[in-house]
Amino acid sequence: MITYLCHLLNPLRSSDMVRFLLTSSVLLLCLSVIWGDQIFIDNEWHESCSGRKMPVHNPATGDLLCEVEEADTEDVDKAVQSARAAFQLGSPWRCMDASDRGLLLNRLADLVERDRLRLATLEALDSGKIFLMAYFVDLMATVKTLRYYGGWADKIQGKTIPVDGEYFTYTRHEPIGVCGQIIPWNFPVMMFAWKVAPALCCGNTVIIKPAEQTPLTALHMACLIKEAGFPPGVVNVLPGYGPTAGSAIAHHMDIDKIAFTGSTAVGKLIQKAAGDSNLKRVTLELGGKNPNIVFADCDLEYAVEQAHSGLFFNQGQCCLAGSRVFVEDSIYEEFVCRSAEKARNKVLGNPLVPGVDQGPQIDQKQFDKILELIESGKKEGATLECGGGPWNRNSLFIQPTVFSNVTDDMRIAREEIFGPVQQIMRFRSVNEVIQRANATHYGLAAGVFTNDIDKALTVSSALQAGMVWVNCYNAMSTQCPFGGFKMSGNGRELGEYALQEYTEVKAVTIKISQKNS
Amino acid sequence: RTMLRVVLSRTFPRISGISNCQYSAAAIPVPSAQPEVHYNKLFINNEWQDAISKRSFPTINPATGEVICQVAEADKADVDKAVKAAREAFRFGSPWRRMDASDRGLLLSRLADAIERDTAYLAELETLDNGKPYAVSYSVDVPMVVKCLRYCAGWADKWEGKTIPIDGDFFCYTRHEPIGVCGQIIPWNFPLLMQAWKLGPALATGNTVVMKVAEQTPLTALYVASLIKEVGFPPGVVNILPGMGPSAGSAIASHMDVDKVAFTGSTEVGHLIQQASGSSNLKKVTLELGGKSPNIIMSDANMAEAVEQSHFALFFNQGQCCCAGSRTYVQDTIYDEFMERSVERAKSRVVGDPFNMKTEQGPQVDEEQFKKILGYISSGKREGAKLMCGGGVAADRGYFIQPTIFGDVQDGMTIAREEIFGPVMQILKFKTLEEVVERANDTKYGLAAAVFTKDIDKAHYISSGIRAGTVWINCYNVFGAQAPFGGYKYSGNGRELGEYGLDNYTEVKTVTIKVPQKNS
Repeated sequence: MITYLCHLLNPLRSSDMVRFLLTSSVLLLCLSVIWGDQIFIDNEWHESCSGRKMPVHNPATGDLLCEVEEADTEDVDKAVQSARAAFQLGSPWRCMDASDRGLLLNRLADLVERDRLRLATLEALDSGKIFLMAYFVDLMATVKTLRYYGGWADKIQGKTIPVDGEYFTYTRHEPIGVCGQIIPWNFPVMMFAWKVAPALCCGNTVIIKPAEQTPLTALHMACLIKEAGFPPGVVNVLPGYGPTAGSAIAHHMDIDKIAFTGSTAVGKLIQKAAGDSNLKRVTLELGGKNPNIVFADCDLEYAVEQAHSGLFFNQGQCCLAGSRVFVEDSIYEEFVCRSAEKARNKVLGNPLVPGVDQGPQIDQKQFDKILELIESGKKEGATLECGGGPWNRNSLFIQPTVFSNVTDDMRIAREEIFGPVQQIMRFRSVNEVIQRANATHYGLAAGVFTNDIDKALTVSSALQAGMVWVNCYNAMSTQCPFGGFKMSGNGRELGEYALQEYTEVKAVTIKISQKNS
Repeated sequence: RTMLRVVLSRTFPRISGISNCQYSAAAIPVPSAQPEVHYNKLFINNEWQDAISKRSFPTINPATGEVICQVAEADKADVDKAVKAAREAFRFGSPWRRMDASDRGLLLSRLADAIERDTAYLAELETLDNGKPYAVSYSVDVPMVVKCLRYCAGWADKWEGKTIPIDGDFFCYTRHEPIGVCGQIIPWNFPLLMQAWKLGPALATGNTVVMKVAEQTPLTALYVASLIKEVGFPPGVVNILPGMGPSAGSAIASHMDVDKVAFTGSTEVGHLIQQASGSSNLKKVTLELGGKSPNIIMSDANMAEAVEQSHFALFFNQGQCCCAGSRTYVQDTIYDEFMERSVERAKSRVVGDPFNMKTEQGPQVDEEQFKKILGYISSGKREGAKLMCGGGVAADRGYFIQPTIFGDVQDGMTIAREEIFGPVMQILKFKTLEEVVERANDTKYGLAAAVFTKDIDKAHYISSGIRAGTVWINCYNVFGAQAPFGGYKYSGNGRELGEYGLDNYTEVKTVTIKVPQKNS
């Protein structure tokens, strides 16, 4: 992600972008034409069985963008039937060459690239994220993820195994079957790609529920999936709410696997639902309270900048957010001062306008929760360095907020805030900071800034986290696995590791007359 | 067209399988028998260049014996120039070295797209220069090229090193680094496909390439060079040199600044390549050489299927396949029927103008091969094999040979021991499983083999017992970019395609770092 961000700093690129943006604002009306506002099942558009619709808002303005058909249990049943039929032995999808599955994913990537401007615009309107970020980060990652898994499709290799006795044994890596996938609102289209790409490359069929806040790009993707030529039923997209449609997926007796990205609280519900129903396989990508450890021997300006973007990126709405910045004693004051300065300089406003670098929070509920946690920070004695309240009355914007002198027991140091609120703590020794960094039930990501190779390797080995970044933050790529230790999740997405989450291994053993090496 | 479908689905069952998929070749367009030649120079550093010697050589249309055009002839001095370009492109910090692996993959995908776009033209040019039937160039060679490149493209960012739990307070990991400048020397029997087999893994893993294409068939490789430039490979990453083996080929094999050489061709030249490496810089060598591949038909096999597949196994591509099933072992109880049906099938094989859609067999690639094959046919007659059909020239111009079958072939005969590389099928009789495995292995070659049987035990017994890099069961010539290909014994060294193919283009670097304290 950082590499994409770096592009933004390139002046040549920026002028290109501004030109792009001017064009895009002229074309905004036409670009924001919504291609899909219904439920996508069996490559067809459906109204909800209940007849209900749900409103979709632009969080920057509060305007109603459109209404979308709202899926519930009955619609999930319908989608499962379609996904099951598409997965039947002998179906076009099951009989397809693996390389052709890969080709379909590559075609889908081409279509996303074609519609990149449109998708980025929709994403910015629907989620409030900065248009340029949507365009350069989210859409780039989406295309790369689809292409990456396009390449894997015909490289998921079983093995032949030298078992004892007169046998020939081999493994087949088979798809699991019908996969339920529930994705969040913070990176709607990118999460869509992270979920469907590995599932499809392994040959599964999918029922995906986008978040109720941000269904629009997922529905556009549904159009492209059909256009690319995926057979009916392979991907079904059901906009809806968690307690209804989401719960129906998690409890369904004919869904073989569920993958969920969202809060740890809901992650527990998903795991329970799997236990209560058919023991479907579960992968979870949940919350984090990620430590970002800054040693005195680092490049200070760079560390400040990385720690800042590590927290404030995407309005702080990242499970990866570096929300506990541990800074070594001797540089603490300087670090806090520079961090607050950086936060103060952030430009809030319309996410479609160039130069703006923070948009609104996603909705009222998140907005209220963040403000409540800010108040708790003040009350519990942290020092408010800047920000600390809403920005612009009657909107969902929150001032970039920095707290110093945060102690480990404060709520803002323990709970996931999911907003533009940075906590800076002080530490003295390597052992101390390792112990404090690990004293959380989360274990998603961590950062270390130091020029000392021993410290870097010691800390990165000791931290209980699925990703550790050394002298960088948010450096993600589709080739690299992503997932959490402890209550941050279960399983890994992206990279080769993700393929394990979407395959069943079958060992076939054949009696033979005579074995030879 | 109906006829063609029948021919293709008979000879190449994979094609009819693909046609269920929407990405299959649509109806084959009517070809131009005189495609324009756009490129006939050396391709070095993304530029077209004359040979330093200013020499050129003619490339011949084997269907007529006429000259198509002159092509610049690379020699040692041009190889030096190309190696310099390739070395510069491989320099630490160069655009090619700095490129994201996924972008290398993207370039290979783009190359596949460009080749797919120009399928009809490339197929015409391939047929003109090589003589293979256009229907085959169009529906087999070019699509397989596209698939091979797409497959390798996908590997580029998936070729992963490891972190390794070594003893002691160390952190240890491996990096899979490209070897460097790779010399690649390819044959004339599948000019485009062999180019893709060589370029795909080399480029996916980040090497640079100096490729010598066969003097008989340089044209399609040069057109692909133009596509390599078009899609945006940096200068010097791929250099293509038409030229002769003893001059340009030898210069590559002996070069002190070429890090690896990969060769596909005869076993005889394979020896020379390995020697050249030994007497120069010990460059890494991979070889894909000749074969005398056994094709074993058990009495319980599906007769019609076995006959058709055995016919295809030998006669495909005018018999010019290193993996040709050129020793067909048939169990005694079905020998007579198999022979009768095989002869019938060979007699019905349509030999003629490769641009005619009904043609199954075109000319041999050149006069040298043509004469060599006729020589083998004479030796077969002389040594007492029974000529069942064919045995002679099939047209009054061009290098056409009749589909030929010998029966009662004995293991000691020249035609049962040497690679003929032409449309000449040897049928041998056997009695028992153990006997046929022993006889099948009694050769210096070990490239491919096949067995036709419905019995699962026999299938396993033979496939384990045969010393060959590829064994097909109830099928023949089934190639997937995903599956490795290469030979035991004198048939070669190393594997191409599949994940295994990447090993041959990779240096593994072990990096070990002292750490204050190791923890699991």
